[in-house]
Amino acid sequence: MPDQPSRLIAFLARHGRCQPQHRPWPRYQLEREDWVLLGHSLASNADWLLIGLWAEGGPPVARVHMALFDEEGGLPAIASLECPESSFPSVGWARPGAIRLERTIRDLHGLTPLDPVDDRPWLIHDPALPYRFLPVEGYNLHHIPVGPVHAGIIEPGHFRFTCAGETVVRLEERLGYVHKGIEQLLCGASLEQAARIVGRVSGDSAVAYALAFARAVEAATQTEAPPRAHHIRALMAELERIANHLGDIGAICNDAAFAFMHARCGELREDVLRTAEACFGHRLMMDCVVPGGVAADITEDKAARVSALVAKLHLQTKRLAKVYDQEASLQDRTVGTGALSSRLAHRFAAGGFIGRASSRTFDARVQPGYAPYDQMEFGVPMLTEGDVNARVLLRFHEIESSLSLIERLIASLPAGPVLCPLTATGAPTGAPTGNEEREGVALVEGFRGDVLVWLRLAADGKTVRRCHPRDPSWFQWPLLEAAINGNIVPDFPLCNKSFNCSYAGHDL
Amino acid sequence: MELITEGLIQIAQTALVLALAPGLTGLVRWVKARLLRRRGTPILQVYSDFARLLRKKVVVAHNASWLFRLVPYLVFNAVWTAASLVPTFSTQLLFAPAADLIALIALLSSARFGLALGALDIGTSFGGLGASREMMIASLAEPAMLMIVFTVSLFAGTTHLPAVAEYMSQHQAFLQVSVLLAAIAMVIVSLAETARIPVDNPATHLELTMVHEAMVLEYSGRHLALIEAAGSLKLVLYLSLFCCLFVPWGIAHQAATPLDILAGLGIWVIKLAVGAVLLAVLETCLAKMRLFRLADLLGGGFLFGLLSVILMFVFGSL
Repeated sequence: MPDQPSRLIAFLARHGRCQPQHRPWPRYQLEREDWVLLGHSLASNADWLLIGLWAEGGPPVARVHMALFDEEGGLPAIASLECPESSFPSVGWARPGAIRLERTIRDLHGLTPLDPVDDRPWLIHDPALPYRFLPVEGYNLHHIPVGPVHAGIIEPGHFRFTCAGETVVRLEERLGYVHKGIEQLLCGASLEQAARIVGRVSGDSAVAYALAFARAVEAATQTEAPPRAHHIRALMAELERIANHLGDIGAICNDAAFAFMHARCGELREDVLRTAEACFGHRLMMDCVVPGGVAADITEDKAARVSALVAKLHLQTKRLAKVYDQEASLQDRTVGTGALSSRLAHRFAAGGFIGRASSRTFDARVQPGYAPYDQMEFGVPMLTEGDVNARVLLRFHEIESSLSLIERLIASLPAGPVLCPLTATGAPTGAPTGNEEREGVALVEGFRGDVLVWLRLAADGKTVRRCHPRDPSWFQWPLLEAAINGNIVPDFPLCNKSFNCSYAGHDL
Repeated sequence: MELITEGLIQIAQTALVLALAPGLTGLVRWVKARLLRRRGTPILQVYSDFARLLRKKVVVAHNASWLFRLVPYLVFNAVWTAASLVPTFSTQLLFAPAADLIALIALLSSARFGLALGALDIGTSFGGLGASREMMIASLAEPAMLMIVFTVSLFAGTTHLPAVAEYMSQHQAFLQVSVLLAAIAMVIVSLAETARIPVDNPATHLELTMVHEAMVLEYSGRHLALIEAAGSLKLVLYLSLFCCLFVPWGIAHQAATPLDILAGLGIWVIKLAVGAVLLAVLETCLAKMRLFRLADLLGGGFLFGLLSVILMFVFGSL
């Protein structure tokens, strides 16, 4: 906890009522006019970033929550608004990242954003209402509709290109093809069920999601996982990050028809996955992180196996980075392609390598930070160019950083239990007694960026009332539209792969 | 007697180019896979693929006209004819009088024109995209090819392929700077014409980056088989043409014994295999070029060709 509350929290504390059942960040209940005021404050305070916007319930009893984060320091905070009139003042005009989230809230909860920037549906695909793509005017423009069914086996999404010859004038995304109703599924689920569901929101981020969920549950029940569990969780999270970054680097190069990198990165990624299976019993480490700790301990010989993997990866990724750096025909494709301005990355609060390749230093492991990273020194690589090349290089840097983190995590692995029971009671004085609902939130750095999980538990502390997992892709997908502008059509796959946003995590 | 020999050789060549074409494509794929430390699909897989495509039902878009159905046959026949004209293992071909470089280029251009029309016919955006890119590449590759033809005709005094092959093999052509430059230009043109990396990626699934594949996305069944076969034939054709112009040793000439012809056949197959391996190595070492950088590559090819023409023209013997 910082000594001085940030300006954001001071603002919220002044205008709202603090909800003590919410942990670890404060949540404030705002009145309607204060919500409007908050919107204006967002417009004038560029460093108050919107990191989540979701609703619960439906008319007539509904509520909207907005997670905010003050870059100057301090904890993030949540602002809430009761919506008895099934509407809420829109903040999309001040924070463009909120626009699609507001459209989603209307689709899922029937709450109407007032004066929205965009009033079209987002997740609902109603055949009776043809979707209105944004109009584009100009001479000799033509459309290229791509997807949702693609020539390769990839996730579904529709991309509407408007081009002048080969130059992209506008790209508009249409997502929601893999909406599965995960949030509804989570309502009323037991903690065990919910942990399994959240861990499967986006398969490539299984650890990050499970970790965010576990941390949110632990925050709500005021449980502190044992130190050994924190270390093992971090170990898994870093393995997942390495595996995905390797896969991404290979796939990006493959999109430039440089199959060599794809093959080599594929091999190394497979090494990571097999080590994960040998050590934790699952290639993607699903269901390994559970509320209260981790499901499986790591033995001496398994730790040695991870160390051997790390040594191999250190050597091999250096070699691959050299190949990437020296392959002129590849550099020719990636350098300067799909440049994303740092201004936009900041405005949308884009997390992960996308933000960090466009000079945004945000990393949830550092700020707000969580165990065991708060006890460790590690560099967060940052680049300024914001092009495909920067996003590839950043992945190489992050692999290096993760490898050294794993080495230190193994070296400093504390002894002790790896799982502790959730304390359903034990609230400090002034806080609610054990008979009330509790709320928890967690922000965890997955390989794509910051994964946010917010939840409300029933009074028994074992049932999920409402859980909202927010994928980092929400704030990255819109930026892809900006990054591709002015590029040529055949460079889109490169840009897209270098973003590698999640469809499953976004559509829920 | 001579007529019968020539007829037999012509039939053999016509059948062989078709029979070997899928194998060559399979070989390139296999070598590429091995270079990536993969096991690689068997070379014969491509033959099974063709058999599968031929068995399958053809699905045609509702708004396709007769042109769409005609194009595969047109393309296949034009390329097959062209491939059977190039002297591969013997110059004693029945159709040798027609085996002219200009005629060859005309046949291939007709095939390309047909394919582009077929791609435009169904009116999908990818078809249009592919056709426009193919035409852009063709418009850059053809001048370079023209320069190569000029060099060769200045050197050998004819564009008649059997005569060129004979002349080249007897005059130590590879020692000529201008011929070497023309050969480099030919490699670049061939890569573009056969839709290989760095110009096009034959293995991609990314619709937006495709050139040749984008044009044939809507084809299926036997139509697709014909177009793919034409693609494989084109690879055989360009490798054979390169060999015929720049490494013509081993090709049996007039008054060759049956043994010479058999030797020529063996040497040709070896040349094709070596060419396939070199192509696979080249493709593994390079990323695909950005679309508009192709002008630089093919422009370079044109310059090589131009330089060789000038050298040939000015210095005569260089």
